[in-house]
Amino acid sequence: MATFPISLTVNGAAVSRTVEPRTLLSDFLRDDLGLKGTHVGCEHGVCGTCTVLIDGQSARSCLTFAVQADGCAIRTVDGLAQGGQLNPLQQGFWEKHGLQCGFCTPGMLMVATELLERNANPSTDEIREAVSANLCRCTGYYNIVESIQHAVTLMKEGAK
Amino acid sequence: MTATIPKHIPAEGYIPASRQQEAPQKAYKWIGKNLKRVEDPRLLTGNGQYIDDIVVPKMAHAAVLRSDRAHARIKRIDTSKAKALPGVILVMTGEDAKKVTGPTAQFASPPVVQYCIAVDRVRHVGEAVVAVVAESRYIAEDACDLIEVEYEDLPVVVDPEAAIRSSGDAVLHPERGPTNVAHRHTYTYGPIKDDFARADLVVKRRLRWGRSGAQPLETTGTIASFEPGSGKFTLYANSSFLNYVGWLVGASLGVPAAKLNVIPCVTGGSFGSKLFTHKVMTLTATLARAAGRPVKYIEDRIDSTTSCDNHGSDRIYNCELALKRDGTMLALRFQVIDDYGAYLQFGYGTHGNSLCQIVGPYRIGSIEMELVAVLTNKCQQGAYRGFGSEVTNWMLERMADAAADELKMDPLDLRRKNLIQPDQFPYVIPSGNVYDSGNYPAVMNEALRLADLPRWKKVQAEARSEGRCVGIGVATCQERSVFSATEFWSLNPTDNPGFTLTSSPESVQLRVDPTGIVHVTLGSPFWGNSPETMATQLVAEQFQIDPAQINIVYADTQSGFNSTGPGGSRFTVMIAGAIVGASAKVKAKMLRIAGHMMETHQGDLEFRDGKIGVKGVPGKEKTIGDVSLYAHYFRLNLPEGDDFASGLDANYVYDHPLTTMPAKDRSHLGIFYPIMGHMCHMALVEVDPKTGKVKILDYVAVHDAGTVVNPMTLAGHIRGGTAQGIGTALYEKFHYDETGQLQTATFADYLIPTLYEMPPEIRVGHVETPSPFTEYGIKGGGEGGRMGAPGALSRGIEDALSAYGVRCDELPLTPRRVRELVRAAERN
Repeated sequence: MATFPISLTVNGAAVSRTVEPRTLLSDFLRDDLGLKGTHVGCEHGVCGTCTVLIDGQSARSCLTFAVQADGCAIRTVDGLAQGGQLNPLQQGFWEKHGLQCGFCTPGMLMVATELLERNANPSTDEIREAVSANLCRCTGYYNIVESIQHAVTLMKEGAK
Repeated sequence: MTATIPKHIPAEGYIPASRQQEAPQKAYKWIGKNLKRVEDPRLLTGNGQYIDDIVVPKMAHAAVLRSDRAHARIKRIDTSKAKALPGVILVMTGEDAKKVTGPTAQFASPPVVQYCIAVDRVRHVGEAVVAVVAESRYIAEDACDLIEVEYEDLPVVVDPEAAIRSSGDAVLHPERGPTNVAHRHTYTYGPIKDDFARADLVVKRRLRWGRSGAQPLETTGTIASFEPGSGKFTLYANSSFLNYVGWLVGASLGVPAAKLNVIPCVTGGSFGSKLFTHKVMTLTATLARAAGRPVKYIEDRIDSTTSCDNHGSDRIYNCELALKRDGTMLALRFQVIDDYGAYLQFGYGTHGNSLCQIVGPYRIGSIEMELVAVLTNKCQQGAYRGFGSEVTNWMLERMADAAADELKMDPLDLRRKNLIQPDQFPYVIPSGNVYDSGNYPAVMNEALRLADLPRWKKVQAEARSEGRCVGIGVATCQERSVFSATEFWSLNPTDNPGFTLTSSPESVQLRVDPTGIVHVTLGSPFWGNSPETMATQLVAEQFQIDPAQINIVYADTQSGFNSTGPGGSRFTVMIAGAIVGASAKVKAKMLRIAGHMMETHQGDLEFRDGKIGVKGVPGKEKTIGDVSLYAHYFRLNLPEGDDFASGLDANYVYDHPLTTMPAKDRSHLGIFYPIMGHMCHMALVEVDPKTGKVKILDYVAVHDAGTVVNPMTLAGHIRGGTAQGIGTALYEKFHYDETGQLQTATFADYLIPTLYEMPPEIRVGHVETPSPFTEYGIKGGGEGGRMGAPGALSRGIEDALSAYGVRCDELPLTPRRVRELVRAAERN
C-alpha cells in the first residue's frame, strides 16, 4: 500500500514519519510513536477515550487519520506532566478521586485541558457540558466534575 | 450473641466460631482516612501499562473473523486468499485449533462444550470462526475480509420461553439431550406450603429483567508467547482471576500449570466482565504456539459486545409473595427463566449467588425457586456487578412495592415492619446463608435524614399541582460480600456437582527491606478497584508507619501464593486478613530483635510513629529502619536459632472467614456469602409522560459496608455502581432481533449513561456495623450501587406516573417503554 510522509509536532517535539493513508491517528500515536497514554475505547467515535488536542481543539483520534494531522500540533496526555510534576488538572483528579480504572481518564483530561485553555473560570454547567462528551464507566461523573473544579482552584492559587 | 436460625436447619454448631484477630477499634491512624490513591499518578500520566500498552519483541497481531449467523452449520471455509496475503503468518480455523487445544474451561454439570474457535457450528452472532495472525493488526483484518465461509442456517432461538419448547435442529447442544433447557429444578428452603396456607394475601407479579452488561471501556486482551525449548507459555492478560484461569487455560492447552505463567496488567475496568477472559487467553496462546511468534490479540469493540464475557442476567420471573393482612411477609415462591445464551460459563452460579440473600433484609420464613435455565442463540452470560443478586434485589423490591399497593400501605412502612432487627444477628436465612451483622433501621433512618423526605414530598406536591409527574422510590437491599465458591456448584445435580467447597483464599507476601521499606506482593491484580491503596492503608495501620514507606507490587502466577482475586466484593476483606496474618509474623520478629537491641523485654515494646519503642517511655525507641538494618546484616549479634535468621519476610494465605458445606440433601446450602452489607437507596424522579424521558432530580444512597477503610473510594464505588444501576434500569440492553442479530453492538446503540443521564449528585452516606468475623470488621462494598438503583428507580417512575396507574415490571424503562406504558394506560 502507498505511504505518505507526514511532519507534525507531538507534545512539542517535531516528528516526521511515513504512514499508510489509512493509519488512524490513535494507532500512529500509540504504535508508531510509542505514546501509550492515548487509549482506544470504542473505535467509532462515541466514547471519547481517545481524545487528543489537534491545534488546541479536541478530536477523536480513532476517527482521524494520521495524514490529516500533517503539519499540526498534537497534544496528548503523555505531555501534560512537566518536570516530573502532575499539572493542576492531574492533581485535581488525584485529590478528588476523579478516576477508578483510569482508562477513560486521558480523554477526560484532554477535554478538560481544552475547556480550561478557553475559559479559565468555567461554571459548573460549562464543566458538565465538556465532560458530557465522553463516557466513563466507573465514576458516575460527579467526581470528574469536582476534580476539574478543584483544578480551577489550584490554578488560581498557583497564579497568585 | 444469640443466632437466629430457622427450624429446618440444625442449629447445633451451625455457625463456626469467629477467627477475627483484629477487633474493630474506636479510632485508627490510617484506616478510615481519605488517603489519595496510590495507583493514580501513573494512570494520570498515561503510564498505566494496560494490556494494549505492552509490547514484546517480535510480536505479531491477531484478528478474528466472527460469525454473522446466529445458528448455522459451518459447511466450508476457504482461507486460501487470506493465506496468500503478504504479511499473513497464520490462518487458523476451529478444526485446526481443535487438533492442538481442547475445550475451554467452564463450571457447568454436565459440561457445555465450547472451543476458542467454533467447530462445525456457530451458536451466536459474533462467535469466532477463523483467527488470523499477521505482521500488523491492519493486515490481519484485511485477511479476515478475504476468508470465505459457507454456512447452512439452522433454526434460531432467541425467546427464552420459546427455548423451553425447542426441538430438532433448534437444539444448540444435542449431546446434552434433545432440549434447550440446560437445567430445570425446584429448590425449597423452609416450610413453604405451611407459610402459604396461613397467608391472608398472595401478591403475584410477572417481572422481566433485560440483558445488560459491564461494558468496560477497555476490552479483553492477551499477549501470549510460547518457548518451544522449555514448552512454556508466558501470557500477559487482563484477567482478574488469573490464579484460577491460569491453570484452567493450561488444561485447555494441554500443559501443566507450571508451563504457563500469567503476568497481570492494570485493567481498564471489569465490573465482573474480566473475571475469566479465558476464551481470549486460550485463543491467543493457541495462535502463539502455532505461529512460533508472540501474538497480541485485543478484542475490538464489536468482538467484545458480541462475544465477550460480560452479558449479564436475562430473566423472567413469575412471583408469589405471601403476606399477613398487617403486611408481615411470610414466604416467597417464584419461577425464574434465565436466558444464558449459547454456552454456560459459571454453571447456574448467578442463581446460587442470589440464594445467599434471597429474602433481602426481610424476615421471610421460606423460599421456593423453580429455576429454568435455557440456552439460546445469544452470547453467553458472564459476570456483571451483582452476579445475579442485583436481579433478585430488584425482584424483591418490586414485590414489596406491589404488596404495599395491594395492602394500601406506605412502601416505607411495609419495609420497616419486615426488616430484620439489630438484635437478631447473626441471622440465618432459609437457604442456609448467614447474615453476620447489620442495623437496617439505622441505614433507612440515615437515608431519610439525608433525603429530607418532607422536602421531597413538598417538591412532589408542587410539581403535581403544576401537572408534572414527580415520584419517590425507595429500595432497601442487601449487599452480600466475600464469596466462597459454593455459589458456582450448589445448584448442580447432587450426584455430580462437579466441584466442592474451596476456601477461596487470598495471600500476600510481605518483606521489610534493610532500609525499613515494607514491600507487599499481591496475588490479586488491579481491575479498577484500589488494591494498592487498600493494602497501603492496612499495612500502615499494622506497622504504624507512613504510607510513603510502603511499596506494593503484583505477583505473576508462577511467583504468587494462593489467590482468588477480586470479585464478589471480597478483595478488601480478604487482603486485610492476609495482611494481618503476614504482619503478625514479621512484627513478632522485629519486636524480638528490637528487644535485644534495646535490652528490653519484647512484651514491653510497641509499634508507634514509624518506630518501635518502650510502652509508656517516650524517646526510648528505635526506628523501623534501624531495626530492619540490624535484622538483615547484624545477625551475628543476635542469639542462635531460626527465630533470628537474617531478613524480615513472611507470606500468609488467608482462608475465607466463614464458609461451610451445603446439606447433602440441599435442604440448605450452608454458609457461603455471610459478610452482609446493606443499603437504602432513595430516588426523586420526574417523568415526562409525553416523551417518556426520566430525569433524576435527587438521589440518596446510604450503605453499610462495615468498617470503612477509605470513605472516598467506597463512595466512588457507590456512585459508580449506582450509575451502572441507572443504565440497567433506564437505558442499557443487548437487544437481539428474531434472527439473532445483536442490534446494540456499538456504543452508539448500546446506551451507556453520559453525565447528562446522571442526577446532579448521588448523595452518599455511610453507616458502619463492623463484621464480627473479619479483620477490623470490614465488609465488602464493590458492587453495591448497582444492586439498589433499579428498585428505587422503578418505584420512582411508577409513583411519578401514579395518575396513569402503570406498573414498572420490565427493565430497561427506556423512553420508548415508558411511552408504551403511558399509551396503554390512556387506552384503558
